[in-house]
Amino acid sequence: MRIQQSAAAASQDSPAFIEVRQLTKRFAEVTAVDEISFDVRKGELFGFLGPNGAGKTTTINLLTGLARPDSGTIRIGGFDCARDSKAAQHLIGVVPDESNLYPELTGFENLCFCASLYGMRKRERRERANRLLESFGLTEAAHRKFEGYSKGMKRKLTIAAGLIHGPKVLFLDEPTTGIDVVSARHIRQLIAELHRAGTTIFLTTHYIEEAERLCERIVFVVSGRVVRIDTVANLLQPVSGRHMMLVSIDQSTPALRASLAQAFPDLDFETVSDLELRVESTAPIRVAPIVRVIEDHGAGVTEARRLRPSLEDIFVRVTGVEVEALKKEKEKAEAGL
Amino acid sequence: MRHWIAFWNIVLKDMRAYYLKPPNISWGIIFPIAWTGMFFIKSGGGFEQVLPLLPGLVAVSILFGTTSMLAVTVTFEKKARSFERLLLAPIPLELLMLAKTGGAILFGIANALVPVALAAFVADLSQVEWSAVVPAVAMIAIVSTFLGLFIAVSVSEIFEAQTFSNFFRFPMIFLCGLFFPIDRLPLFVRPLSYMVPLTYGVDILHGAIHGANRMPLPFDFLIIGIFCLALFFISVRNIHRKWIV
Repeated sequence: MRIQQSAAAASQDSPAFIEVRQLTKRFAEVTAVDEISFDVRKGELFGFLGPNGAGKTTTINLLTGLARPDSGTIRIGGFDCARDSKAAQHLIGVVPDESNLYPELTGFENLCFCASLYGMRKRERRERANRLLESFGLTEAAHRKFEGYSKGMKRKLTIAAGLIHGPKVLFLDEPTTGIDVVSARHIRQLIAELHRAGTTIFLTTHYIEEAERLCERIVFVVSGRVVRIDTVANLLQPVSGRHMMLVSIDQSTPALRASLAQAFPDLDFETVSDLELRVESTAPIRVAPIVRVIEDHGAGVTEARRLRPSLEDIFVRVTGVEVEALKKEKEKAEAGL
Repeated sequence: MRHWIAFWNIVLKDMRAYYLKPPNISWGIIFPIAWTGMFFIKSGGGFEQVLPLLPGLVAVSILFGTTSMLAVTVTFEKKARSFERLLLAPIPLELLMLAKTGGAILFGIANALVPVALAAFVADLSQVEWSAVVPAVAMIAIVSTFLGLFIAVSVSEIFEAQTFSNFFRFPMIFLCGLFFPIDRLPLFVRPLSYMVPLTYGVDILHGAIHGANRMPLPFDFLIIGIFCLALFFISVRNIHRKWIV
C-alpha cells in the first residue's frame, strides 16, 4: 500500500504525541483495522476520514483503551498503551459519537462527576465545571437534567465532559453529526479555539468540508487501511499537476469552443453551459490570450476564476482509486501471487 | 487519593441516581415488610416464630434488593454507553467494579435493617449475636451484589438481566434452607444446596440469631468469602474479555 506523506506537513517541528505503528484489529473474519501507521503531532488538529465501515471508531477505541489491538503498537505522550494504558488515559479526553452522559444528572453534576473520575477535588471540579459551562454557553442550563437538553446542548456538554480534566489530547468522534446548523457551527468554533489553545485533537467526521475547514493534516482510511496522509493544503493542490479554470462569457457564440481548441492545443476546453467554459491544463493557464480569442468572436468575458478541487473531490478520487487497488491486492494475495 | 475520590464519587452517583430514588426506597421497605408478613402468617405461630423466621427474611431482603438492581443498572449503563466513561477513567478496573457494586452493597445492607427493625418491636433480640449478624449481613450483601455483577456481564439486554437474575434467585431461595430445611430436601437435591452461597449466609444468621446453625460459623464465612472472590474475579475477567475486546 502506497502512503503519501508530505514533507511540508503542518506542525512538522512538533514532536509526535500519538504514535501508531502497524496497528491491526480483527473481528472474526473481518479486519477492521489493517496495519495502520501514523503520527499525530503535539498541538495538531488531525483528521481521520473514511467511509462508513472504514474502521474509524474501532481505531478510536483502540487508541483510547476501549479495545485491544491484535498487533501493533500505540504510544500516547510517550506511554505504551499496551503496558500502561491507565497512564495514557490520564492524558486523553474522549467525545464519543453518541452523547453518553448520565440522563438523570444535571449538566453541572455530569461535569463534576466526570471530573471526579480523574481524581479532581471538589472545589477544583466545581470551578472547572462552571468555567466550561460558561464557555460552552450552557450556564443557564447548568442545573437542568441532561435528559432535557436538546441534541446540540447534549453534544456541547459531552465535549465539555471530555475536556473537564484538561486532557493533552482530545478524541472527537463525529462531533457535529445529527445536530442543528447553529450548534454545529458553534462546536466547530469551539474546536478551532481548543486547537489554538494548544490541545492536540484527533477528529473523525463524515463531513469532509468540516475536516477541510478545521484540520491541519488528514488521513484517508478505506477498509481499515491508510491510503493517504497529508496536509489539507497539499491534498488540495491540483492532482497530477492539473490546473482548472472556469470562464464565464456574456453571450453564446457558435464555434467558439472549436476556435479555442484550435488556438490552444495544450488546453482542454469543456462546455459547462451556454455561458461557461471549463479549461484544464497541466501547466498554469494564461488568461489574457483566451480572453482575446473570445473577444474576437464578439463575446465578452465576465469572469475567469481558478477552480480548486474540493477535499471531497480528492477524497472520492483517492479512496475510489485505492479501493480498486486494495481489491486487486487482496485478489492477488488470495491467488497466492 | 485520586483513585479514592473516583471510587467514592461513583458510589455516591449510583446511590443518588439509582438506589435513593423513591421507587427503590419504597421497594426496599415494602418488599421486606411483605416478606415478613407473608412468612409470619404462613408460620401460623405467635411472636416466638419471629426469631426462626428472621434469618430467611434478612437474606431474602438482601438478595432481592441487590442482585437484579445491580444487574439492571450496569446493563442500562452499558447499553447507553455511559459505562464507557468509567472504562476510560484512569482507575484500575477492579477498583472501578468495587465502586459500581458499593452502592448496591450498601442498599442491600439497608434492606436487611427493615426486617430486623420490625422484629425488634415484637421479639426479644437480646440473645442475638450481633458480632456475627453484622458481618453476615455484609457478606450476603456482597455475594448477592457480585452475583448481580456476574449476571450483568453475561447479558446485553435489560430484560435478560432481570430474567437471568430470577434464574439464580428463585432456585437459591428453595435450596438455601429458607422455606425447607436442607435436611428435608430430597437427597439428590441436597448437594445443590451446598453449591449456593446463600446457604452459608443463612446458616450464619440462623446460628447468630437463634443458635441453629448446621455448620461451624468460620467455615460458613470462609465459603461465602470464596464465593465473593470467585464471582468478583470471574466478572472482572469477563469484562476484560467481553467489554474491552
